[in-house]
Parts: sequence; C-alpha cells; structure tokens
Amino acid sequence: MKFSQAFKMAFVALKGNKMRSFLTMLGIIIGVVAVTLLISVVQGATGEITGQIESLGSNLLQVSFTGTQPTHLTISDLGELEKDGSIYGVTGVVTRTSTIRVGDTDDDYKVEGITRKYQDITGQVIKQGRFISDIDVESHAYNAVVGIDVANDMFGTENCIGNTLEINGFNFTVVGLLQKSDTMLANKDSTVLIPLSTAQRLFKDKEFDALYISASTPDMVDAAQNATDDFLIRELGDNDDYTIINQNAIIDVMNDVMSVMTILLSGIAAISLLVGGIGIMNIMLVSVTERTREIGIRKAIGAQRSDILTQFLIEAVVLSLAGGIVGLGLSYIGLIIIGTAMGITMSMSLGTVALALGFSAFVGVVFGIYPANKAARLKPIDALRYE
Amino acid sequence: MIELLNIRKTYQMGEAEVHALDGVSATIKDGEFVAVIGPSGSGKSTLMNIIGCLDLADDGEYRLNGQLIDDYTERQLGEIRNREIGFIFQQFNLLPKLTAYENVELPLIYQGLPMGERKKRVIESLEKVGLANRMNHRPSELSGGQQQRVAIARALSTKPTLILADEPTGNLDSHSGHEIMDILTGLHREGRGILLITHDNNVANMARRQLKMYDGRIEQDSLSGGETA
Repeated sequence: MKFSQAFKMAFVALKGNKMRSFLTMLGIIIGVVAVTLLISVVQGATGEITGQIESLGSNLLQVSFTGTQPTHLTISDLGELEKDGSIYGVTGVVTRTSTIRVGDTDDDYKVEGITRKYQDITGQVIKQGRFISDIDVESHAYNAVVGIDVANDMFGTENCIGNTLEINGFNFTVVGLLQKSDTMLANKDSTVLIPLSTAQRLFKDKEFDALYISASTPDMVDAAQNATDDFLIRELGDNDDYTIINQNAIIDVMNDVMSVMTILLSGIAAISLLVGGIGIMNIMLVSVTERTREIGIRKAIGAQRSDILTQFLIEAVVLSLAGGIVGLGLSYIGLIIIGTAMGITMSMSLGTVALALGFSAFVGVVFGIYPANKAARLKPIDALRYE
Repeated sequence: MIELLNIRKTYQMGEAEVHALDGVSATIKDGEFVAVIGPSGSGKSTLMNIIGCLDLADDGEYRLNGQLIDDYTERQLGEIRNREIGFIFQQFNLLPKLTAYENVELPLIYQGLPMGERKKRVIESLEKVGLANRMNHRPSELSGGQQQRVAIARALSTKPTLILADEPTGNLDSHSGHEIMDILTGLHREGRGILLITHDNNVANMARRQLKMYDGRIEQDSLSGGETA
C-alpha cells in the first residue's frame, strides 16, 4: 500500500470523529504552546538583557566601594591607573539624588559627577551641544549635560542648551543634551551629568562612589581587571572594601542562569506534552477496540500487518503533529501579544519550531506504536468475529 | 485446488470443548461450484474460515495449490486473501464510512495498484453487479441486497480464482437472494470457483456439488442439480 493512501485513510478516520480528534489534539496543543512560549520568552528576555549589558560596552569594568573608611582616591590617582596598557579610560563617579529647579518647577533627579572619558566608557551619545570636557573638570565649571526626560520635564523642550538649572541652589548652564537611551540599564534619560570636580565640591565629598573603567579591547578585560585590582590594593592598603564587576562575567552568569531556566521550564512543559501523548495513546487504544471489526474486514480482503500498523501509526502521528502545528500557531500569536505588552521583540527561533514539531511527531510515534501494533497483530478471524 | 485431510478445530466454550471440525477431508478443484450445507453449529463457517486462510486448523493438513498452509508466511497468506480469494459474508462486512466505490477499491489499494487501474476495475466490478449508478452511496444508504452486491463487487475486483460466500443470502429477502444467486452462478459460468455456505436446500441445489455437514464432519458429498459445468 502506498503512503499517500495510508494518509488518506488516516484523515478519513480522524474526520469521522472530529470532536474526539480535537480533544485528543488539545493535550498536544497545550504542551506545544507551553514549550514554545516559555522557551521563546526566556530566550527573548535573555537576548534583551544581554543586549542591554553589552550596549554598556563589553569592555566595561565597574568598581563600587562598599567600605565605610574613606579611600582618599583622587582624579590624579585615577590617571595613574589609566596609564596601564590594558586600560583605555577610567572615570570616577559621584552620584547623588538632588533637587533640580528651573524657574518655579522643581523635582528630584540623579546627579552624577563625571569626567570626559565617561562618555566613551559608558557609550553615551550627545544629541545637542557637547559633553563634559576636561576643561570643565579642571576649572570646576558649573556646566551640566542633561538626559532627555530632564530636558522635557524641566524645560518643556529639548532645545534647552544655554538655559540655566539650579542644583542644590547653584546655577548650572546646560551645555549638552543626551540622546534618548534605548536600554534600561545604562539609561541616563533622567540624569543630570556635571563635572566630577564640581560635584565633589557641591556635595562636599571627595570620595568616589564608583569607578567606571574601560579596557582597551574586549580581550583585555581580564588584564584590566587585574591591573585595577593591583592598583586598588596598592592605593587602599588594608582598606580594600571594593567590588569589581565585570560585564562579561555578568553576561556569563546570566546566560548560565537563563539556560538552566530554559531547561527547567521546557522540562516542565515537556511533562504536559507527555500527558498529551498519553491522551493520544488512550484514544488510539479505544479506537483500535472500537474498530476491531473494521480491522478484521481489512485483513480479510488482504490488508497486511504492516498496512494496519501504518494506518494506525499515521493516525496517531497526524493527531500529534496537527496538534503541534496548531500549538505553534497559537504560540506565535501569544508571543506577539506578550512582546507587545512587554515592549520587547519576541521571536520564535527556528530551533524552537523544529523542537516543538519534532517532539510532537516523536510523541505521536512513541504513543501510537503500541496501539497500532496491537491492531496489526489481531488475528483476522478474531477481529471479524468481534461484536 | 484445495485439499483438506482430516482437519480438526476445537473451541473452548467455558468448560466444554466444542469440536467445530472433527476430521474433515475433501478436495475442491479450481472452478468448482460447491455448496456446503448443514444446520447451524455443524462447522460450516469454521471450514470456510480455514479454507479462506482467516483461521488455522488445530490438526490435519490443508494444502492450497499443492502447498501446505503452514508453509505460507503471514504475508503470503495476506496476499492469498487479497488476490486468490474473494470473501462474501452474511453480514456484508462493508466499511460504513466508505462509499460503495471506496469499499470496492480497498482490496486494490492493498494490492498497490495505480489509481487509473483501480478506477477501471472498480467500475467494471460495480457494473457487473448492476450498481455503477450507486457508487457514491454509503452502505447505510443502500438496501441489504444492494449492500451484498457491493460486497460481491469488492470480492470480484481483485479477479480471484475462488469466491467464498458465507450464507450470502441469509440476511436477505427471497427476491434479493435470487439476484445474488444469479450473480454467483454467472460468476461460476465465467470460470470462477465458488464455495457457498448455506442452510437452505434450494440455494444449495443451485451448486453442482453439495457437501452436507453435521457435527463437524462431512456426512455426504454428492453431485446433483446445478448446471453441468
């Protein structure tokens, strides 16, 4: 018997029992939706977060000071560190939340004291005007670069270059506007950047809250981290309460976490596919019993064991594969909805599609083979006599 | 050529053993029209099932075309049922979800014939039983006599050498029964062997040869009536 004929027979049989076929498929549909949605969402989220971290610069190291003792680090100390071959640039950062006032409007924003190198190290883009310069830092200039939300909220316009804003009662001239940031992690939309030296004076604090260090190339990140470590131990002595955060290390850890999550979630989802498969087996067994007489007739007129086996196996595989395809369709729609709701581009990878289809076909074969074999092995006379 | 030697078949019915066939020996040549007659429980159907390779004897020798049935593989037996033998049952045994055309086509599909050839043979067979105009009807839309004619067309479509008919008129009124018998005698005239099971003497007398069965044995093997072949 030809394969196409066997397919036709399977379709006729499944069409004859539409409700039952649909309910049997439902188990697989739910399983496939669960698998594909979970995997795609985790992958989408991983891609999104990794992308954001990488957009900070994969060369980036971040040092945060956790001790209570002053570090006594100065801008010129950082210049020492910057001389290391593995390091492109170093900037110390002083961060405070301060009240910003423009005319009658006032609101709290994050104010960061930074140096010129900060722009390159953290990948900020200027939309209008200029960034904080070395001269600004040397001269303790009262100049500020603002994020786009600050400009809109405080000035009501993006064209705020040359305007004045007040931080802690001191007037600053806006010299630059940052491009709207498309990441969540390095988002400076609601931040005011001022020269580091000015910030230290303004906040009456000589200490850095953090250091941003950029390695000269992505390969040099580890060397830069070692150099930073050596430098900090030398400078701080016993007072070494600091943490160096390596972006690559974060990405690695996050990828590890996400892949464990993927395995875990798809394992859970696979259980629902398994349950769906058992549903298929159950229905196929019922179907074989119901159609015992049909099997007898088919055998009496010359169906071989393999013909009956193929027919029932194809029925099982068609059920599960159709369930898989419907499930993929639903997941695709689900992903669009989730993606729109979360503002993230969700995509279903080809691997996920192949996995879902392959697994549902596999489930069909595994759970179809036993009932099909049971049907194929019926003796023609017993099957014909069955009432 | 069918050669039966001392065929025995025993069924276990609860505690009791029923000797459905208790030493049956007979030879049926190709092209013969034989009626097996006897009361119910005499072993007629069991005999037909064994001859038709649907069931196996417990004891004795059954040679089909000179070869012992035990020496055929399961696949070969399937092919014999498909190509050599056409079954006609008392219950018609059509598949209810398929049309008359599809029912007749089924054995040809199992033969692996191409679609064009199948169509030719199906229409030819249905024309022979006078149902070419009903080929898209399902069994439930046909009368008993028409269903049995579809079953005959199905048996014919593979051009078998032997037709096994188990009480083909048993579920039919006398008019439809006559139509069926007319078709069967016509097929015999074309040279096909027919083994007919019945408990109706009038039907049995249409065959050239009668095997009278009683309690699992052939009591009488006589040549009478029918048309001289």
